Amino acid sequence: MMASQQLHHDSLLPTPFAAWFAQRGWQPRAHQLALLDNVGQRASTLLIAPTGSGKTLAGFLPTLVDLASLSPNDLKQRGLHTLYISPLKALAVDIARNLETPISEMALPFRIETRTGDTPQSKRTRQAERPPHILLTTPEQLALLLAHRNARALFETLDTVILDELHALVTSKRGDLLALDLARLFALSPQLVSIGLSATVREPEALQRYLVPQKAGDDKRAALVTVAGGAKATIEIMQSQARLPLAGHTALASMPEIYKAITAHRMSLVFVNTRMQAEFVFQELWKLNDASLPIALHHGSLDVSQRRKVEAAMVSGQLRAIVCTATLDLGIDWGDVDLVINVGAPKGASRLMQRIGRSNHRFDEPSKALLVPANRFEAMECHAALGAVEAAAQDTPDARVGALDVLAQHCLGMACADGFEVEALYHEVTSAAPYSALSRDDFDAVLSFAATGGYALRAYEHFAKIKQSKDGLWRIATPRAAQQYRMNVGTIIEATMLKVRIGKMTKAGTPQRGGRVLGEVEDYFAEGLVPGDTFLFAGEMLRFEALATNEVIVSRAQRVTDPKIPAYAGGKFPLSTFLAERVRAMLATPATWSALPQEVSEWLTWQKDKSILPKADELLIEAFPSGDRHYLVLYPFEGRLAHQTLGVLLTKRLERARLKPLGFVCNDYGLSIWAIGNISEALQERRITLDDLLAEDMLGDDLEGWLDDSSIMKRAFRHCAVISGLVEKRHPGQEKTGRQVTVSSDLLYDVLRRHQPDHILLKAARQDAALGLLDLKRLGDLLRRIRGHMIFKPLQKMSPLSVAVLLEIGRESVYGEAGDHLLAEAEARMLSEAMQ
Amino acid sequence: MSVAVQVENAARPDAEIICAGERVQLDPSGVAFLPDHGLLVVADLHFEKAASLARRRGLIMPPYDTRETLLRLDQVITRLKPDRVIALGDTWHDTLGATTMKRDDAAQFAALRQRAHWILITGNHDPVLPHTRDAEIADVFRVNALCFRHEPSHHETFEIAGHLHPVAKIKERGRVIRRRCFIANERRLIFPAFGAYTGGLNVRDKAYRPYFAHTDYTIRMVGTNRLYAVSPLSLLPD
Repeated sequence: MMASQQLHHDSLLPTPFAAWFAQRGWQPRAHQLALLDNVGQRASTLLIAPTGSGKTLAGFLPTLVDLASLSPNDLKQRGLHTLYISPLKALAVDIARNLETPISEMALPFRIETRTGDTPQSKRTRQAERPPHILLTTPEQLALLLAHRNARALFETLDTVILDELHALVTSKRGDLLALDLARLFALSPQLVSIGLSATVREPEALQRYLVPQKAGDDKRAALVTVAGGAKATIEIMQSQARLPLAGHTALASMPEIYKAITAHRMSLVFVNTRMQAEFVFQELWKLNDASLPIALHHGSLDVSQRRKVEAAMVSGQLRAIVCTATLDLGIDWGDVDLVINVGAPKGASRLMQRIGRSNHRFDEPSKALLVPANRFEAMECHAALGAVEAAAQDTPDARVGALDVLAQHCLGMACADGFEVEALYHEVTSAAPYSALSRDDFDAVLSFAATGGYALRAYEHFAKIKQSKDGLWRIATPRAAQQYRMNVGTIIEATMLKVRIGKMTKAGTPQRGGRVLGEVEDYFAEGLVPGDTFLFAGEMLRFEALATNEVIVSRAQRVTDPKIPAYAGGKFPLSTFLAERVRAMLATPATWSALPQEVSEWLTWQKDKSILPKADELLIEAFPSGDRHYLVLYPFEGRLAHQTLGVLLTKRLERARLKPLGFVCNDYGLSIWAIGNISEALQERRITLDDLLAEDMLGDDLEGWLDDSSIMKRAFRHCAVISGLVEKRHPGQEKTGRQVTVSSDLLYDVLRRHQPDHILLKAARQDAALGLLDLKRLGDLLRRIRGHMIFKPLQKMSPLSVAVLLEIGRESVYGEAGDHLLAEAEARMLSEAMQ
Repeated sequence: MSVAVQVENAARPDAEIICAGERVQLDPSGVAFLPDHGLLVVADLHFEKAASLARRRGLIMPPYDTRETLLRLDQVITRLKPDRVIALGDTWHDTLGATTMKRDDAAQFAALRQRAHWILITGNHDPVLPHTRDAEIADVFRVNALCFRHEPSHHETFEIAGHLHPVAKIKERGRVIRRRCFIANERRLIFPAFGAYTGGLNVRDKAYRPYFAHTDYTIRMVGTNRLYAVSPLSLLPD
């Protein structure tokens, strides 16, 4: 779709715009004109372009040109023209600010407004009554607007919808919600054109489909405009003086070199994968910071005001480095970064490119990046990622199957608007790409759930949330149900967060209030703390004092050698399938090892001598005794989630074979199970076979049996119960009531599973667990891939590769998840104390 | 999966305690049996809680709570074969409960009342109980020096009560475990709530302070198939 390159731009660009470009010394870029041309022909378009290429202006240019063509009177009469949706409210605000430049310089009298969760109610009301020409908002706010009684009047004038950072949005339930809302927009405004803005992705087809209404059996796609990358990035892998360790994720040994790189650049972004790592790296860098360089910390748990302060300091160029997590992944333009340092493994080529793009926003100059592996497997992964970036190869997750709990929420929202006809809604929902394969049965079940719970035992006809009116349309039944929907909208379920506040204990032993708030931690982390525990947070060493109504009261701790670091759940990315393939290929090809640090190639050579190096399509399985245990180690390279699931299922099978497994451990690269029984001997004597142990049918009954009782399903169900509106979302600041007024979703799960195992919400939870928490698809692919490609190697002792897996922390015990063995331990401890 | 169907170790000696001279066998299902009186004690059934939440808050929870509670109760009665059953109040989640009960559930409850003599103690959720010929209704019930009532008080030699829905929370090997529990001292024994949808109140909450001073009490947490005695010193607040 680069045909427009040949177009004469003055034919497309009206005089004031051409003049404005000229005045700035700019040439309109080909993709900007291509978009203008496409929208002029009413063709929805996906624009794939690297950061710094004028992507945002390209997205808005057609709107600005169209609005500028209106007479002053028409403009005054014009309703909502363009809707811009961004995954981050900060981004919406940022874009509004950027649009001011062309608009004020060309003296265009357009009304541009933002609407986020922070927008005051009065302004929201006015926006619905007298909409601006351009509204910048988030998916959640769009859902609320569409559930408004005026939605039809508000959106029927809509001309263009711009979806920014589309590649990031579509991979989650938020993307499902947005897809449903997009389908709604197309229904309300048939002339609508959609524009998707995205970073480079491997399969743009999925995004192209997402942007336009689908029709059964007919693959509809938006047009595609691609901007070739700017100057190639300069990426290096850090050659540390210290030898790379076999395991661990802290990259402690590389800190001096990281610090040196920071001193040699104007402004560095130091990316890490988890908030825990961010705290750690920040501490370590400050230990080395003799020059007192301004180095800051930025992650999602820090207090908003603190984050804003860091961002402002970054924009004004006061900082030399920021240690940050995925919170800075997305495209907010925050200053003059000239180096990106990625600590730990990149986990995916796309994520790495996105991060590297943060450095040097000038399109034509190369970005500069430094990769810092923390262990030997990560060194291989870094090299694989480097190769992928050079080949401009991308990994993107598969297109999603729309979540059913999100659909339930959407049905309630549509009933809050001016009501719907069931056939029409089904038609509309299946026009959204993620829901294009939704069966009518599932749709009906979701609708019935949204109305009266969808229970086989019909109990709630009187309390229906949605009812059919005399005119045949389904509408929300009570103001209370509408209120519940509005309180509940959205798909982001965060763990309940507790504020961390500085405050000493009074003499009476009650916590003093009123100190500074440092940020928030998940409640499960806080509930594991005992007064006196120390942990790193917000770059400080803190001492836990007490828990006081939803606040964690802390004091500044004296330096202690062994802090208890917050174990944040967020931010652990599994190794992408695509990078995994590259790592396996590297392992199998010794010729490529020369690029690796010497200790890594030595380690691989040693593995080749002592055991086997599998070919790219093979799965190596080693077995050896150690101490009084027998170990089985597998190297699938399929990511932690898939390995964890495999670990659980494999231990079940070994248990059945009476080999008495005791536990397992895994990382992104492999997993190891240890047992009392001699697994190696059993395999050699063919009492068990690998084909049986790793048969695909382990994803059948074994999985079902385990899953039903596992906390994973309960967690998935909890999320579905909140998103679908079965239980109410807990809002921040809401007091915990003693005996809860509502019912915990865990209890609901147990009862529902027993009395109506085919309920739609259980199905929704199962889909989520399979996809997100268990990575079943990947495990299934693995089991198929290795059929006939398993090599078994019995050994006398540990192999070099296995050490790196066995050293991984976070071992899983094979005991059930019920926690009874822990209760027994607590009891035994009390008894033994009583005996003394 | 239900905690009530497990029978192994049901009558472990460590789960038997003496209250005012009477043997009380604490059961992992969250009930207790007094073998010398053929008496089964259960607390806070909260029948029809889901129906009440729908009526009062517009929530449409799975309407199987009453059925589930009755099933678990049926299993306990089959296993322990009591002559008498005492329900320690809040048998219904609200006073309309008896009228909203599904016909099948009502029949199931009636059948349970045929298998033992029932004493229904009134509770704060069900201060007025409908008259039935096959159950005795009382505000308090006494067996020798034992007093059975809904809310604990300060006037009894030894009281057996419910109302508080005790749960205990501990941390072991970095993992937090929160379970229903029995809590007892020399004056009283408080039962965990039995109903399928009943939540719990942490025993470290101030509501317990009038009845359980300092750490001078014993705790038995409900496990999958047995009870676990844990030290009051190891209990965490919510």
